[in-house]
Amino acid sequence: MAKSKNISDFVIERDQNRCIKCHACVRVCANDVHFKDDATSEVASDDSKCVGCHFCEDLCPTGALVIRKNPSETRENAHWKKEYIYRIVRQAETGGIVLTGMGCDRPYKNYFDHILLNAAQVTNPSIDPLREPMELKTFIGRKIDAVNLDDLNWKTTSIDEIMSGLLELEVPIMFSAMSFGSISLNACKAIAEAAKLCGTYWNTGEGGLHQSLYPYADRAIVQIASGRFGVSSEYLSRAAAVEIKIGQGAKPGIGGHLPGEKVSQEISLTRMIPQGSDAISPAPHHDIYSIEDLRQLIFAIKETVDYKKPVGVKIAAVHNVAPIASGIVRAGADFITIDGVRGGTGAAPVVIRDNVGIPIEIAIAVVDQRLRDEGIRNQISIVAAGGFRTSSDIIKAITLGADAVYIGTSALIALGCHVCQKCYTGKCNWGIATQDPYLTRRLNPEIGTKRLCNLLRAWSLEMKEMLGGMGINAIESLRGNREQLRGIDLSEIELKILGIKHAGESW
Amino acid sequence: MEYEQLKLIEKSVKIPSGCGVAGIVNKNANRFSGEMIVSSICMMKDRGNGLGAGYAGYGIYPEFSDKWCLHVMYDKTGEKEKVEEFLEARFNIVEQEPIPVRKVKSLSFIPVLHRYFLDIKNKFSDNLTSEEDFILETVMKINRNFDGACVFSSGKNMGIFKGVGHPDEIAEFYNIHNYKGYTWIAHNRFPTNTVGWWGGAHPFGILDWACVHNGEISSYGINRRYLENAGYYCTFYTDTEVITYLFDLLCRRHKLNFEMCSYVLASPFWEEIERETDVKKKKLMKFLRIIYASAMLNGPFAIIVANSSVLIGMNDRLKLRPLVAASKDDFVFVASEESAIRKICPHPERVWMPEAGKPIIVHLQENKNYGEIKKYK
Amino acid sequence: MVKPKRIIIKEEYCIGCRLCEIYCVTKHSCAKEIIKMYKEKKIASESGICFEEKGSISFAIQCRHCDDAPCLEACITGAMFRDKDTGRVLHNKEKCVGCWMCVMVCPVGVVKISQSEKRVASKCDLCIDREFPACVENCPNEAIYVVDYEGKKITKE
Repeated sequence: MAKSKNISDFVIERDQNRCIKCHACVRVCANDVHFKDDATSEVASDDSKCVGCHFCEDLCPTGALVIRKNPSETRENAHWKKEYIYRIVRQAETGGIVLTGMGCDRPYKNYFDHILLNAAQVTNPSIDPLREPMELKTFIGRKIDAVNLDDLNWKTTSIDEIMSGLLELEVPIMFSAMSFGSISLNACKAIAEAAKLCGTYWNTGEGGLHQSLYPYADRAIVQIASGRFGVSSEYLSRAAAVEIKIGQGAKPGIGGHLPGEKVSQEISLTRMIPQGSDAISPAPHHDIYSIEDLRQLIFAIKETVDYKKPVGVKIAAVHNVAPIASGIVRAGADFITIDGVRGGTGAAPVVIRDNVGIPIEIAIAVVDQRLRDEGIRNQISIVAAGGFRTSSDIIKAITLGADAVYIGTSALIALGCHVCQKCYTGKCNWGIATQDPYLTRRLNPEIGTKRLCNLLRAWSLEMKEMLGGMGINAIESLRGNREQLRGIDLSEIELKILGIKHAGESW
Repeated sequence: MEYEQLKLIEKSVKIPSGCGVAGIVNKNANRFSGEMIVSSICMMKDRGNGLGAGYAGYGIYPEFSDKWCLHVMYDKTGEKEKVEEFLEARFNIVEQEPIPVRKVKSLSFIPVLHRYFLDIKNKFSDNLTSEEDFILETVMKINRNFDGACVFSSGKNMGIFKGVGHPDEIAEFYNIHNYKGYTWIAHNRFPTNTVGWWGGAHPFGILDWACVHNGEISSYGINRRYLENAGYYCTFYTDTEVITYLFDLLCRRHKLNFEMCSYVLASPFWEEIERETDVKKKKLMKFLRIIYASAMLNGPFAIIVANSSVLIGMNDRLKLRPLVAASKDDFVFVASEESAIRKICPHPERVWMPEAGKPIIVHLQENKNYGEIKKYK
Repeated sequence: MVKPKRIIIKEEYCIGCRLCEIYCVTKHSCAKEIIKMYKEKKIASESGICFEEKGSISFAIQCRHCDDAPCLEACITGAMFRDKDTGRVLHNKEKCVGCWMCVMVCPVGVVKISQSEKRVASKCDLCIDREFPACVENCPNEAIYVVDYEGKKITKE
């Protein structure tokens, strides 16, 4: 077969006037892009292997490297864009599904960018978060609808019972499900420790709970997914909460596959599968083919944890998300996690990632409204996930009706990720999405923890500023308070679905 | 602007208002003339701009003390007949009459004002969870379905009188000095919009709750959605409506006492809860804050809420609006400004500023059974 | 200023980029600009770092500044001496005659034969004229850090 053209995504510009031939780039690139040319004694690069992770660029002591998008363009064609042409070329060569990592990168309308926040002027004062308390504390779990003196035994023990089933978050931001396997143990450690230090929670994903993470288990939401990897009664009893994962935003309806070569001894022990065997999570749970099956699993878990821990269900935001969410409440879940179309992944077929599901902004709006219409909103907490880039995205999500959010991608970016979308190759230069001992050492969890804590601190400060600006000093008064939002450049149907007014409309 | 247009604005958007509020209660439930409250609220004339004032008095209809009394305003011809037909199907109308008013030149857009004293028909009373819920439903139905009618008072042995004008004009219009009550609250409104619709004035009432409020509730959006979840439909787009419904929900339906209710509405800060040494109280505060997170009132407010047996004055969590209290003999006074109290009680025994979020709760003597006031001194 | 005692290696986080060496050399050449220094071959010294690597394991090791330093005993000219102020083991090039006894006796093998000067030994001085050793400051993954006499990590704030 004829050799393909091998067009590279990036071009590497090496300024030979700056390069001191220290070979740091040669040494560190996991994709073997850089090499020492013995003939010329220069350091050279093979552009076609570059994934654009910018690790070498970051490391180069003299700034000799610049990674640029390859300017080479096919003939301009609005329909037959370059990426589609080359995807076909690759598939013609390989006959395989094109894989990718991270979340959907298509330019679908980003509703966060079309929502504006309010601020207090004259008729109510804004509040200065530096001078006044500004509260972000959030509780996740099942809450009773009403405190009725007739129903409730006012002995304090009964209050204890209800409250023991709640997760207490200092900031309404948790770390999304990322398994040990999809990311390195060092990354897991950084995330777990940051969660513990910042008074929030992290999620094990479907990777089990590695022994070295036991100290952070009281801040862990453990996942039960279709492969049931790493699930044991100990796993459940150590955790703070349990999450049944039905689907994820990056690949609704698709299972998972951790290739055997990544199943090292540590992963094998944690996932409870033989070393070197493929870890395949089926597309559905084979014991959940309907809502009543889900109810049985929820209650089986609740029995195991003695009704002392919240049990949640994670679903991808799909067209029918509102009724599904309502069903999940009625199935007995204590919190529901909704993962929007921009939710990330370690590996997914690109056609699935980019074409299945709906944006999280819309999903939050419709689920919150539906649960209110049915009078069951108080019974459950909504955790939103999928592409939160800044604190204002989070504030908007909470104002639309989410109780808290999960961040995955932004946490990884704090750890070094440059969103090159090559997680599935296992060659992450930043030591995040890899199990290669040569690469995982690049992520020093001490640094990672510090950076994640900094991110949470920075975002909570910003959230407090925004809250104070609106004259609100507790996050619960913003939750679902859609009067504080206005749409910009949105159609009537979009406004209706989001349940907000257009900019220019007063109260 | 045209009246219809003004009314539409008031019924479809939320108009921020600054306000003056005042309340007087006689702890022994001795009735006194409304003159006192009129003179108190009129002292704070510049807390309003002539675009709304009102009064609520308790114990003013002793001859009908066990009848539900509806004050209804009509601003559309033909609507009165329709509403009366609706009422007749549900109630035995014991007495009905136009609310006696005097002509005051400066007032405009005056609606037809009528009051009804009602008994619920037997056929309804059998399958009712409570009479109150039936009245609530009736009021909601009229206010939602009859565009030209507005029920603005619906308690027993109490009444709300309000309109668009200065407090002295409204008092003169309704002859407030002719009524005798044991609790009075009053309101003087400073809306940021032109208003014309009388239904938008305050106090706001439901059942025998009446509420006056100075402030802007920034949590309005979620409070309203929370109430809708509980079956309350907010038809007026005012903060006061939301506050009143919350009191009804928490105190009547969920049977919280007023202290608990204050933990919900002006929740203590988490730091304060953390500092609380009484373990049981601490748990209760935390619990209420978690369960009723959506009911918390955020933003600046000073409110005075009353029902037949209690008067509550309360500030927001930071005390961003003024509220002063004073007492003398068996009277307790609350108002936005001390001047409003000194005007009617020049030498109070005690004057104090309620702390942020800490309510003043004045329980009436020998009058603890909700809605049943039988004995007057 | 806290007195640094020695550099501690966390070899599990060494990424093998060898930037520590680059910055060590730059610093000891008294250069401010890496590029010019390298390009114009104005390298005045070599790194005081020994870089070891096998498979995925790598680390950079520097002079331990031992309390009981064999090199001090072995030095015949007194070129190797302990600095009274800092307690570090330092090397005076002027006095050095290049007998390499120090190289022989060093238990960790971090005294090197200088390639740039004749008959002189070369070793880490913990960046005597800086608050923070250059290698530690520039390690991209904090795989080396410096501790004080109590064994406490010194951080640069």
